[in-house]
Amino acid sequence: MDARIGIRNTKSILFKGLIVFLAFVITLPLIVVLLYIIKQGIFQVNWHFLTHVPAPVGETGGGISNALVGSLIIVLMSSVVAIPVGILSGIYLSENPHTKLAYYSGLCVDILQGVPSIVVGIVVYFWIVKPLGTFSAISGSIALAIMMLPIVIRSTEQTLRLLPPSLKEAALSLGVPYHRVILKVIVPCGFAGILSGIMLSIARIIGETAPLLFTAFGNPYLTTAITKPMETLPHLIYTYATSPYDDWHNLAWGASFILLMFVLILNIFTKLITRKWNIQL
Amino acid sequence: MEHTVVSANKFNAWFGDNHVVKDVSIGIEKNQVIAVMGPSGCGKTTFLRCINRMHELIPGATAKGSLKLYDDEVYTMNPIYVRYKIGMVFQRPNPFPNLSIYDNVIAGYKLNGLKVAKAEQDRIVEKSLTSAALWNEVKDSLHKKGTFLSGGQQQRLCIARAIAMEPEVILFDEPTSALDPISTSSVEQLFHELKENYTLIIVTHNMQQAARVSDKTAFFYMGELVEFDVTKKMFTAPSDVRTQNYITGRFS
Amino acid sequence: MTKNKRLDLSYTQMKWETVFRRILVIMSVLLLLLVVGILITLIVQSMPSIKSLGIGFLWGKIWDPVSNIYGAYPFLIGTLLTSFTALLISVPFSYAISIYLGEYNPKGWLSNLLKNSIELIAAVPSIIYGFWGLFVLVPVIRTFEAKIHIAPYGVGIFTSSLVLAVMIIPYAASLGITLIRMVPSPLKEGAYALGATRFEVIRSVIMPYTRSGLFAGVLLSLGRALGETMAVTMLIGNTSTIANSFKEIFFGPGNTMASVIANEFTEADHTVYLSALIELGLVLFFVTVIINLIGKRIITKFTNH
Repeated sequence: MDARIGIRNTKSILFKGLIVFLAFVITLPLIVVLLYIIKQGIFQVNWHFLTHVPAPVGETGGGISNALVGSLIIVLMSSVVAIPVGILSGIYLSENPHTKLAYYSGLCVDILQGVPSIVVGIVVYFWIVKPLGTFSAISGSIALAIMMLPIVIRSTEQTLRLLPPSLKEAALSLGVPYHRVILKVIVPCGFAGILSGIMLSIARIIGETAPLLFTAFGNPYLTTAITKPMETLPHLIYTYATSPYDDWHNLAWGASFILLMFVLILNIFTKLITRKWNIQL
Repeated sequence: MEHTVVSANKFNAWFGDNHVVKDVSIGIEKNQVIAVMGPSGCGKTTFLRCINRMHELIPGATAKGSLKLYDDEVYTMNPIYVRYKIGMVFQRPNPFPNLSIYDNVIAGYKLNGLKVAKAEQDRIVEKSLTSAALWNEVKDSLHKKGTFLSGGQQQRLCIARAIAMEPEVILFDEPTSALDPISTSSVEQLFHELKENYTLIIVTHNMQQAARVSDKTAFFYMGELVEFDVTKKMFTAPSDVRTQNYITGRFS
Repeated sequence: MTKNKRLDLSYTQMKWETVFRRILVIMSVLLLLLVVGILITLIVQSMPSIKSLGIGFLWGKIWDPVSNIYGAYPFLIGTLLTSFTALLISVPFSYAISIYLGEYNPKGWLSNLLKNSIELIAAVPSIIYGFWGLFVLVPVIRTFEAKIHIAPYGVGIFTSSLVLAVMIIPYAASLGITLIRMVPSPLKEGAYALGATRFEVIRSVIMPYTRSGLFAGVLLSLGRALGETMAVTMLIGNTSTIANSFKEIFFGPGNTMASVIANEFTEADHTVYLSALIELGLVLFFVTVIINLIGKRIITKFTNH
């Protein structure tokens, strides 16, 4: 009898050991990747690196200003499209949870969340690149906006659903019309949750490469023309990482470091907001 | 009856197929405190929410019959305008958590986009808070968030918010059921002062409260208005056996 | 005076109210149109390929655009092999994380740190995993392959699967953590009261209770793996011919549906070639969407219990 209990306890302890080991060992690859990117990238970054375009093969120096500006413009344009559409759709879904339209729209959000990013690239190629006859920053922004949408919609919907209905009643009983109740009371009260969803979606798309391959394409020169091909950080990394030149690899390491920092900072900010306001996403 | 403010004539309300208010006819006079009581599910809250057309905001909710504010049919008026005229205070204090005490009081103007000069705003805030017996407690912290106040203070803030719109009638939906006894008595005292300027309709499940604060009491049972009379008479000599049963505690 | 002002205002407000409600509806309809549009675009653009290649496209073994021969088999195999290998590697880890953070250590700084790290794994862009893999992992694998006497490519299906395995862990893990935390404590206490050990409670109470939900998490991971493009494209070697033995296929270079689209889409110079690539995208779309929807369905069912 005692022996059996001993065996059962040992089993339990061994199992816990295994679980703890597996749970922690998986952070190793993450740590290794992060440290490696930092080690390779941090010394590439200086003022010159941030303010110059990539140098041609054989020349030293050069930077990633074209990709920085490009990523900024494209992410900005995506946000301008995706944030209003996303918030308004999220409001609709949280306000009318039982309509048929809400059911099918919700289904569409789930579908969008699962669409492989490369497929979005294909579709936007036919919607915008082909009609315009050229790769362009606009098409890249639309592709990324489509990637952003489901995240913004779901975070808006979930945040607003958690707000107590008494808040809405308070405003309505003062004669406040529906649109003002939503825009002046409900949205401001759920602001932190919506904001963290937006930041999360930006963190997600800023590193997306696949949808840009056939849309924004890439451009070795600094440009702000949104109807022309434009470079972005992840696309620059892809092009230069897969090239055969060491100088270009270094450029890509530097760009990776910058991209990683963007993503980390956005994620930490999101965490701080959600913790401060106690939001579950 | 020349001072009738709110009157209903064969008024009915439904949730889907569920007939919750049945053929209610009532006339409520100016500057009185009316208590509406009855067992839960008797339609008293639904009736209250019909008066300022909050009932229809619930999907599937419908209403039929005559319900008047003075001589105007509430259900043909603009619902927004109805709610300017008829304020409401809810079961749980619900100040806007993102607004300061000051902004909470003036919220009816700001959220509606009604433009009011700063001096006028100050005047409205002070007057409303004074009427709600809250001014002395909060005058030094007007720009703190309203959610820092105690439950009773929050409820009085909500009353101030309703008063600020200068309504004719204020509806109270079990206004003290979420409050402790001390806060409850502070809100109840307020009713006596408020009735000088407003007509108050208070839904309550608490008979003692109805007896304490009201001039007249309406008793609802199974969606019907069973009896509506002077409170004193209602509690001493009710004319309907159902009222008597309820008052003597024979329903639950 | 104020009375009239308020009455006027209430009428303008009513108009805006209607406008606003209509905008909300329009936005939601827009979503529907977006998804329908994606589907229609993919189908229409796949038509040339579907018409000229037929259903045999899916199991044609040869992909040779120069000779105008298109068979999707190598990519189907590549996709399935990388995804399921990655899944197989990742599942023990994601289950371990779920159990550890859901049951053993649900609170405190260590728990938070680990949870944030796991979420960070999903936040790092896939291009960065690909880049790192290319320069760090590939040489390691090459040495390893030389040691076990197979052609030391370094890149290939196996390498991609390893990186993919790490990338998809967070999707199953974060859902698993939430689900295990939802197990009602009376259930667990009942078992403890009978003298069960922690392991026995996990095995015979927690696991059966959360099984369907954890499976849904694995499906979400699988959906990610199937559609993942950049890291795989950089590590898989991009070869469209398929080797003879399983060992050569598994360790050798290959291609997935996503990676072949990424590599060849802008080079596809005639209609059927381009259309065949889009048809791959269409297949990928259907498979990932269905897997995701099944996963989501299971989760809704589970959380509504």
